[in-house]
Amino acid sequence: MPTRAIYLLPLAVFLVMAAYFALGLTKDPKIIPSALIDKPVPTFKLPPIAGGKGDGFSSDDLKGDVTVVNVFASWCIPCRAEHPLVTELSEMKIARVYGLNYKDKPADALRWLKAFGDSYYATGADLDGRVGIDWGVYGVPETFIIDRSGKIRHKQVGPMTPDSLKNQIVPIIKELKK
Amino acid sequence: MTAEIGHFALILALLVGVVQATLPIYGAHHGIRPWMAVARPAALVQLALVATAFGSLMHLYITSDFSVLNVVNNSHTAKPLLYKISGVWGNHEGSLLLWVLILALFGSAVALFGNNLPPALRARALSVQAMIAVGFYLFMLLTSNPFQRIMPPPANGNDLNPLLQDPGLAFHPPMLYLGYVGFSMAFSFAIAALIEGRVDAAWARWVRPWTLAAWCFLTAGITLGSWWAYYELGWGGWWYWDPVENASFMPWLAGTALLHSSTVVEKRDTLKGWTILLAIVTFSVSLLGTFLVRSGVLTSVHAFATDPARGIFILALLVIVIGGSLTLFAVRGPALVSTGLFQPISREGALLLNNLVMVTAAAAVLLGTLYPLLLDAIGGDKVSVGPPFFNAVFVPLMVPMIVAMAVGPLLAWKRADLAPAMSRLWMAALAALAVMALAWAMFTGGPLIGVAGVGLAAWLFVGTLVELASRVRLFRDPLSDSVGRLKRTPRAAWGMTLAHLGLAVAVAGMAAAGAWKTESIQAMKPGDAVTVGGYVFTFDGARAGRGPNYQLVAGTFRVSRNGKPVVTLMPEKRLYDVGQRPTTEAAIHTTFWGDIYAVIGEPEGDSGAYVTRLYFNPLVAWMWTGVLIMVAGGVLSLSDRRHRVGAPARRGAAVAQAARA
Repeated sequence: MPTRAIYLLPLAVFLVMAAYFALGLTKDPKIIPSALIDKPVPTFKLPPIAGGKGDGFSSDDLKGDVTVVNVFASWCIPCRAEHPLVTELSEMKIARVYGLNYKDKPADALRWLKAFGDSYYATGADLDGRVGIDWGVYGVPETFIIDRSGKIRHKQVGPMTPDSLKNQIVPIIKELKK
Repeated sequence: MTAEIGHFALILALLVGVVQATLPIYGAHHGIRPWMAVARPAALVQLALVATAFGSLMHLYITSDFSVLNVVNNSHTAKPLLYKISGVWGNHEGSLLLWVLILALFGSAVALFGNNLPPALRARALSVQAMIAVGFYLFMLLTSNPFQRIMPPPANGNDLNPLLQDPGLAFHPPMLYLGYVGFSMAFSFAIAALIEGRVDAAWARWVRPWTLAAWCFLTAGITLGSWWAYYELGWGGWWYWDPVENASFMPWLAGTALLHSSTVVEKRDTLKGWTILLAIVTFSVSLLGTFLVRSGVLTSVHAFATDPARGIFILALLVIVIGGSLTLFAVRGPALVSTGLFQPISREGALLLNNLVMVTAAAAVLLGTLYPLLLDAIGGDKVSVGPPFFNAVFVPLMVPMIVAMAVGPLLAWKRADLAPAMSRLWMAALAALAVMALAWAMFTGGPLIGVAGVGLAAWLFVGTLVELASRVRLFRDPLSDSVGRLKRTPRAAWGMTLAHLGLAVAVAGMAAAGAWKTESIQAMKPGDAVTVGGYVFTFDGARAGRGPNYQLVAGTFRVSRNGKPVVTLMPEKRLYDVGQRPTTEAAIHTTFWGDIYAVIGEPEGDSGAYVTRLYFNPLVAWMWTGVLIMVAGGVLSLSDRRHRVGAPARRGAAVAQAARA
């Protein structure tokens, strides 16, 4: 009887959810999932920050060499804390570091870069956050390492720390460059 | 000693809970009156025991007894008394104790004031309440004992997270819990009704006050949290779609749907199965909220505890409570026969539309919140999560709902004509157009969503007033007749009018604050001036100081407009002694048209310059005021005669009884 089936529907939906919860409990909550690891970067083309230097960057720029994409925003407080490390990484010259300016006002972003230093190889403005969605940006800052073939190989959620820079980011880049 | 008293009281409460969960429901099934009668004293004893446990924990906090682990982890002798007290529920174990205290409070309220309930329904509902309580007692005693001792006791505690040391947040969790747990009453009554196979107008009338009270508390609680985020996090925002916020928003959406559909059951004897399902769903998402925050399935800024053992326990609890009740619903639901028929264009139809939108919205929030988890579980591809997702889903859902909200109350029950209702709303349409034109003129080029938002708010506000006017036949009958009608309008109807007006005011606030916020982030030296939203902020420098348990840096900003001084703002940055964690205390000056908001950040080198964030947030006060009006509407409706006296309810029950006989 179809009416009876309707009354069963809520239970069925809940059981599916409960199964997902059970699966979720088996994972370490500290590791934020990233379905994009080992996948090619999503296709995109970002304009430069309006009024700023450069021509922006696109998915094509992330092929051919090991690159780093750092998602930042002027409104993001941890980004400020992280920024000296981004600069440090850029200055090591082991990989090009691109800045993805996430949902920011161009004027604010430019002032921010002026105040804290702009060592990015190029920056692109993701005004409405659409590209960020494709990248699965969950919280700013985030840092992605992309290999020569344009595949995302590592994702750092939240600010880099001196420790994560030294013991994760840099070794991974060096490994990928081999 | 105090800790042991609390611990034993909790164990005794568990035992009493087991009795209350079994005897009355069994007695009701077999018609054994003495067993059914156990429910009321048992509920009261449970309250006494849980209150003893809660009081013990509070005593341990106030006296800073550091032989108790929970106190060590969350308190400190230097903490002000208010936060020693609020620290009791500012952590995982203590907040669970508050949860069961409120559950016991609601249970005893039914036991004490439920004289007009049929004894069997009351016995069953109290048994179901006790089952929930037993689950939580077990959870606490087995995985999260607040009275755990520590040997040897340390000299001092680790202090409460400084973000939580705030008057707004001291009262946010109790309010929220009164809401969450309040929905357990609707749940228990729904389960009792499913067991009895009977849902009628009288049932709806019994459930309504509990749902309304829970809704009022939850609304107030969510707003307190949002207000706290607004002034404490210092980002000038008030809603972040954070998993914990979403956890409280889902029950609100479902509970709002339940409030509206229970009206249909009461007035028109239809949508019964749906209403029962909503009662179950509302409480389920309340439980889910608890689960999401505590189990470690989702981590968020303010998740208290992440421990897999707890997660597994809560999951089991969820499966039993939600899975059990939905199974019961699947088995017994088809037996609930609705008698009232209605056309799509009717008051019922409008209320059903509200329900569908609310439930869809709740489902969207659930999906967005769980998305990272689902993605991980199925190893799937990318989809959007975060504010862009929620905004993309919410706006298209809420716009038609608010348009319909002005129309719905004008429709007749059963079958209505859309055209006359719409034609009565010409004034609302005019108001909406006028406000939109004005907003467009003032903010040309700004986000269209702001213009649309304030237009919708005007539409709803005037539309609600039109409904009130047409209800009392203003200008169609002599004025004295209209005034007489106005006086005879039941409080429940006033409550609806107020709640809808409040939402209109709040929507205007949200739209304006979201669309036309102006902000400026920069480094400022003493003497520098920045103009934001027409206000000139002059920075007079910052000085260091000390609070009771923190160091602070306070900046001074003189704010003026058109050369006239408006206010002096003194935002602070605090560094708490224990844990060395910084917090931001924004300085906010509220005006009718918006909030002037200043935050001081890090110093820039040795030049005396500081990073400052300055905002003008339009109509923010409207948001809080609107929500207050909504809650006032809920309280007014709660005080309606038919809930207070219970006489019509009894009459309804008698009629129902006679009809069945």
